[in-house]
Amino acid sequence: MNGSTANGAATHGAATAGSAELTRCTATELAALLAVREVSSAEVTQAHLDRIATVDGARDGSGLAVGGGVHAFLHVAAEQALAQARAVDGARAAGERLPALAGVPIAVKDVMATRGMPTTCGSRILAGWEPPYDATVVRRLRDAQLVILGKTNMDEFAMGSSTEHSAFGPTRNPWDTARIPGGSGGGSAAALAAFETPLATGTDTGGSIRQPAAVTGTVGVKPTYGGVSRYGLVALASSLDQAGPCARTVLDAALLHEVMAGHDPQDSTSLTDPVPGVVAAARSGDVSGVRIGVVRELYGEGESSGYQPGVRARFDEAVEALVDAGAKVVEVSCPSFTAALAAYYLILPSEASSNLARFDAMRYGLRVYPDGVADPTAEQVMAATRAAGFGDEVKRRIILGTYALSSGYYDAYYGSAQKVRTLVQRDFAAAFEQADVLLSPTAPTTAFPLGDKLDDPLAMYLNDVATIPANLAGIPGMSLPSGLAGEDGLPAGLQALAPAGADDRLYRVGAVAERLLTRRWGGPLLDRVPALPAAQPTTRA
Amino acid sequence: MSAISREDVAHLAALARIDLSPAELDRLAGQLDVILGAVATVQQVAGSGVPATSHPMPLTNVARPDIPRPGLGAADALAGAPEAQQQRFRVPRILEED
Repeated sequence: MNGSTANGAATHGAATAGSAELTRCTATELAALLAVREVSSAEVTQAHLDRIATVDGARDGSGLAVGGGVHAFLHVAAEQALAQARAVDGARAAGERLPALAGVPIAVKDVMATRGMPTTCGSRILAGWEPPYDATVVRRLRDAQLVILGKTNMDEFAMGSSTEHSAFGPTRNPWDTARIPGGSGGGSAAALAAFETPLATGTDTGGSIRQPAAVTGTVGVKPTYGGVSRYGLVALASSLDQAGPCARTVLDAALLHEVMAGHDPQDSTSLTDPVPGVVAAARSGDVSGVRIGVVRELYGEGESSGYQPGVRARFDEAVEALVDAGAKVVEVSCPSFTAALAAYYLILPSEASSNLARFDAMRYGLRVYPDGVADPTAEQVMAATRAAGFGDEVKRRIILGTYALSSGYYDAYYGSAQKVRTLVQRDFAAAFEQADVLLSPTAPTTAFPLGDKLDDPLAMYLNDVATIPANLAGIPGMSLPSGLAGEDGLPAGLQALAPAGADDRLYRVGAVAERLLTRRWGGPLLDRVPALPAAQPTTRA
Repeated sequence: MSAISREDVAHLAALARIDLSPAELDRLAGQLDVILGAVATVQQVAGSGVPATSHPMPLTNVARPDIPRPGLGAADALAGAPEAQQQRFRVPRILEED
């Protein structure tokens, strides 16, 4: 029944056997093929659109996922992507000098404003909304002539660790489609692991790039706060949010990082420092003498930590591999980290309650009139709209934030959390005097089954215990695959953290770890993702 | 620590302009009570001598020269409006009484 899409290449006149292979290429490999014109961007783009059509599954008229499939994409912009691809091919044929990644496809997390495409943030309150402008990050992708395939699924307004809080249905982990792909950026991570795109963008407020990377066997980086512009990112927590690159390899992430990063006058929190040399660092191949700090409070020792033994085992092996390559290990302690989760789940809801006040049914987005009210006031319409348009997790965090900021509680809750934030920064500063890079498992467990933690918000929040400190302090962090956990054969992540502005150290250490581990595995970890079945074909535009 | 009651949640919902159903009020009160119990530990961690950090980077008063430049045009600004009229956003009444 799905024969035409399972062998989609044949129906589109692109290179036949080559088409399936193109989706297995890294962005670096595709860029090389494109540069010598061995393939065209139109072929590459069509190959990825075919792959999406084969495995991603269908959505109904309201955007809700139906039937089987990965459901990584909320919107696929096939015509726009092919038009972009042909424009790049034309420019290349005319002998123009093009940026390094020109013609390579990319998926964009649906939290970033994209002119001419919907931006829903995984929420009904923005269903169908088309922004009148591009986020700066999106503009940089277009200037670099990357081909935007579409927008990826996410937990609503980036609040979540499993992508189950999307109003449009969850995304499934390609390693096991009964399991979560992580969150909030599960769509981008799953799209990479399903070979639907070689590159993707994400945003990370408490781990939303890094944790999905860990549970899908991909690479994700949260840059130094201020390193990438937040203009056009729908804001969750303005002091924590940061956009970053998602890819299947460290080098690909580095190439994308350099496209995305840089000062933006339209973001007053944007750093004026030059972008760290992340690509050079990823290529340097050398960690001799690098001091690695293992953070005791993030290591997850003991039964009560909730860390899966197989996750810790893969982490230990990764550290050993780096030591064999010449790095030095030291244990460091950051005592304030035991309070970091609590501080985060006060600071984030507080900032979110303020940021999400703009969804008020007046200027854009959903408008719902209250039932049985003859001549409702604006406030009544706001309250009815927000009740209908926001999901449970969003409501929960807005109410929590409203409480933490309210008169009489502000100092005890929000104020105290701000002080913990100071201690977290101080602990990192002290740790970075003993170590150049800090390492930990990215998340306590591998991907859990869909539905497992939906009734227990606190249990869900614990997924972020190792990723949150970096957001509080504003320092950069990376997750890359550490291997498959013995208990369940599912991916685990190695997290690297570096001082603010030293993003390049992540790429130096990450690239070496990736090379050593890949050799140990006998090939890329993602070669072991089970083959995905052909899902219902979709007729999205 | 302090329990959060159903009435508290209803009051907060009014502040946050979200209509919550009675079932939602009950469920949220229970969940928020548990969450608040967990996060209240922040009060014990930092002594009075520790300053608050609101923002990770030491940036203050970032400004640009006061030179006018084009902004979003009216058509773009109104493109997503639930209701527009005469180049304005048409909104429900904002006054309680006529």
